[in-house]
Amino acid sequence: MLKYTLQRVLYMIMVFFIITLMCFVLIRMLPQPILPPNDPHTEVLEMRREALGYNEPYLVQFARFLEGVFTKFDWGYSEKLYFGRGVWSVFLEKLPATIIVNLYSILWTIPVGIALGVLAALKKNTWVDYFISTITMVVISVPSFVYAFLIQYIFCFKLRWFPFLMKSGTDWFSWDMFVSMIPAVLSLSFGVIAGFTRTTRAELTEVLTSEFMLLARTKGLTKAQATVRHALRNCFVVVVPGIFGEFIGILGGSLIIEGIFAIPGVGGLTLNAINGLDYNIFMLSTVFYTAIGLAAGLVVDISYGFIDPRIRVGSKK
Amino acid sequence: MSNEQYERIPAEKFAFVQEDKKLRDKALETKARGFFADAMLRFSKNKSSVIAAYILLFLILFSIVSPILSPYNVRDTDRRYINFPEFVPAIADMKLGFLDGARTMDSQSDNAMLFWRGIAEETGRDPVIDTLDTHETVVKRRGKEITTYSYDIEVNMYYSIGVVYKTFSYAEYQALQDWQNETGIQAIRPYVNPEDISGIKDNANIWYKVDSKGVAELDENGNFIPAYATDPTKAGAEYNSIRIPGDDGSLVYSTAKSGSVQCRIDYYNYYQYLNGREPTFVFGTNVMGMDLFCGIGIGARFSLLFAVLVSAINLTIGAFYGAAQGYYGGMVDMTLDRISDILSGVPFVVVTTLFQLHLAQKVGVVGSFLFAFVLTGWIGMAALTRRQFYRFKGQEFILAARTLGASDGRLMFKHIFPNAIGSIITSCALVIPGVISSETSMTYLGIVDLSDFAGTTIGTLLSQGNGAATTAPHAMLWPSLFLGLLMISFNLFGNGLRDAFNPTTRGVDD
Repeated sequence: MLKYTLQRVLYMIMVFFIITLMCFVLIRMLPQPILPPNDPHTEVLEMRREALGYNEPYLVQFARFLEGVFTKFDWGYSEKLYFGRGVWSVFLEKLPATIIVNLYSILWTIPVGIALGVLAALKKNTWVDYFISTITMVVISVPSFVYAFLIQYIFCFKLRWFPFLMKSGTDWFSWDMFVSMIPAVLSLSFGVIAGFTRTTRAELTEVLTSEFMLLARTKGLTKAQATVRHALRNCFVVVVPGIFGEFIGILGGSLIIEGIFAIPGVGGLTLNAINGLDYNIFMLSTVFYTAIGLAAGLVVDISYGFIDPRIRVGSKK
Repeated sequence: MSNEQYERIPAEKFAFVQEDKKLRDKALETKARGFFADAMLRFSKNKSSVIAAYILLFLILFSIVSPILSPYNVRDTDRRYINFPEFVPAIADMKLGFLDGARTMDSQSDNAMLFWRGIAEETGRDPVIDTLDTHETVVKRRGKEITTYSYDIEVNMYYSIGVVYKTFSYAEYQALQDWQNETGIQAIRPYVNPEDISGIKDNANIWYKVDSKGVAELDENGNFIPAYATDPTKAGAEYNSIRIPGDDGSLVYSTAKSGSVQCRIDYYNYYQYLNGREPTFVFGTNVMGMDLFCGIGIGARFSLLFAVLVSAINLTIGAFYGAAQGYYGGMVDMTLDRISDILSGVPFVVVTTLFQLHLAQKVGVVGSFLFAFVLTGWIGMAALTRRQFYRFKGQEFILAARTLGASDGRLMFKHIFPNAIGSIITSCALVIPGVISSETSMTYLGIVDLSDFAGTTIGTLLSQGNGAATTAPHAMLWPSLFLGLLMISFNLFGNGLRDAFNPTTRGVDD
């Protein structure tokens, strides 16, 4: 198991480095913003770029970049949006909002999603199942900004339960802050709930019809006992890795929801960096999102291996 | 009855069934049902998918027909009819409560009501459709109780614009007059000098005597006192067209303004002059003053065509890639798998952005957007094909074909691929909504701006509508509704297809 985990981790790090290198080179290849002719700062900027090594070969630049990251954790400086500030400090400032909003959403979506999935599977082919499955289908299909609009219009505008945008400030755990986050949390939640409901339902229905369930009943377990002890456990082989993956994924957040509810998070920073052509911030966001994506996949794979020894992706045994 | 009577059957009773002709199977009387016909039969039994298919068909037809039916195109934008609700003049006249351009306005004071009445009398079109609610407030001031009223009213936004100031060149002014003479519709209203209405210069809707606060002064019968200009020396240009009732020729219809003519224009009629028709917006207008009915159709056309194109390219690449992986296996499989691992690790936002920044100037916005989709989109398809190939390549019929000397290409695409086609087709129907969803997100976020190429897209419409989601929810509602329906019906349709082609996976949702 240790060997398997190490293998996966090393492989992931390799993939991560290759992606970082590719993106780094592609971002460095972008034309630098051109100052207006006769701008007094032209010369200074040229010298600065020279000093930062922008005129050297890309691989040398990448080595310098890695050196900065590994020795000083220096990701460069923002050149447009937060002029002169270290990219990493800007990024750290934005991270809490994203994490908290997503954490709130995940904390209640997973139990609800799994519960609905179990309910639908146990009541298979009754109106409960049809109702839950239909809603799940609809929610999964419709893009998140559509219900963000509905939530904003109904709860924030018509009923006036919540403020329109997230409260500014850094008092992350105050009551006002919590209330102002609810619309965003709700918008993020629906998709996750639907995802978990669907996976749980599909998995549990399959498990419930398998032969060991019949055996469990014949040896005298009640239906509830059989379901909880045998069916749910087997169904969680698939669901639990999903939960782990989701926990990693919360760091990523959602670009769109953060934009709509003015959450001062990583997504907004990334979008601003893209629109404002702040390459260093964009580079850090790229690294961040790549790492998140790969880590989520890795965690899912490894936890599969831990939970169910029969499944070891890519393992020899 | 016992079997005994059959025990001794005499030999002469036996006869040959056939002796001279060959024995053959009976020819099939019914037509053989092929793979696709079988799948279609199963599909048509799935009610929800069939309904979804019809809705899908309707939405596609809508996207084809709506830009043709709409009198506007996406480049027709009006600077005043912005974020206005649904309006069709003929239906608004019937007072049915919909398509009447109505927006609710809260707490309108008596003075505001007078203002609306002024517009109604001047233009002949009453902007107030209905008074929903009357609030009474009693205020004690200097020992006296003063009762004030405020009203919640429904206002026809198109009528509420009323009269605006407009500056024309002499030729344009004359052309407008000629149009008035021709059609009998009067757009030019008598001019009002600002000094006659307490110096108000920015509100062309005041044509009556007002006090310094802009509140109408009424005569003893409660009527407005007109304040139209009568000094002919100040006229901007000669007026030789329709005059308002009661005008004996003394009223002045324009004023001179630095080489051109300024006049008061009834905007609704002026709109008719410009466009040749009354404003008709079945879905209302958005923040650009664009007809949403047309905009949604145009956006959906682009989304659908783009999604089909992307899916076709991705399926082709994925099929070949997956075929090579699955068929050759071993080192080839591993190398190709590493490549697709790396590509799939790059976040889509980053891919799209980088392609936009690098390629948009060389191959165009759409081209680079397409590349971004193609770069990573085929991976799922390749994985699917690879799995199918692993499943079939060890089977006896492949061995048989290989023994007969079939080449690799023939084995792949003549023998294995047709067996895998069922799952490939079904994934196709589920790939399209995914592409539409990503495309909408990217245009919504503004990372990709397709307005110049496609006119507009659903994502762009949604992001434009989001700015005024509370005052003009219709601008968000219609595109959302369209997109939501499209995605739901595509997914249901895809699920139905999958169940029809792979009956074994029925009910498993991923």
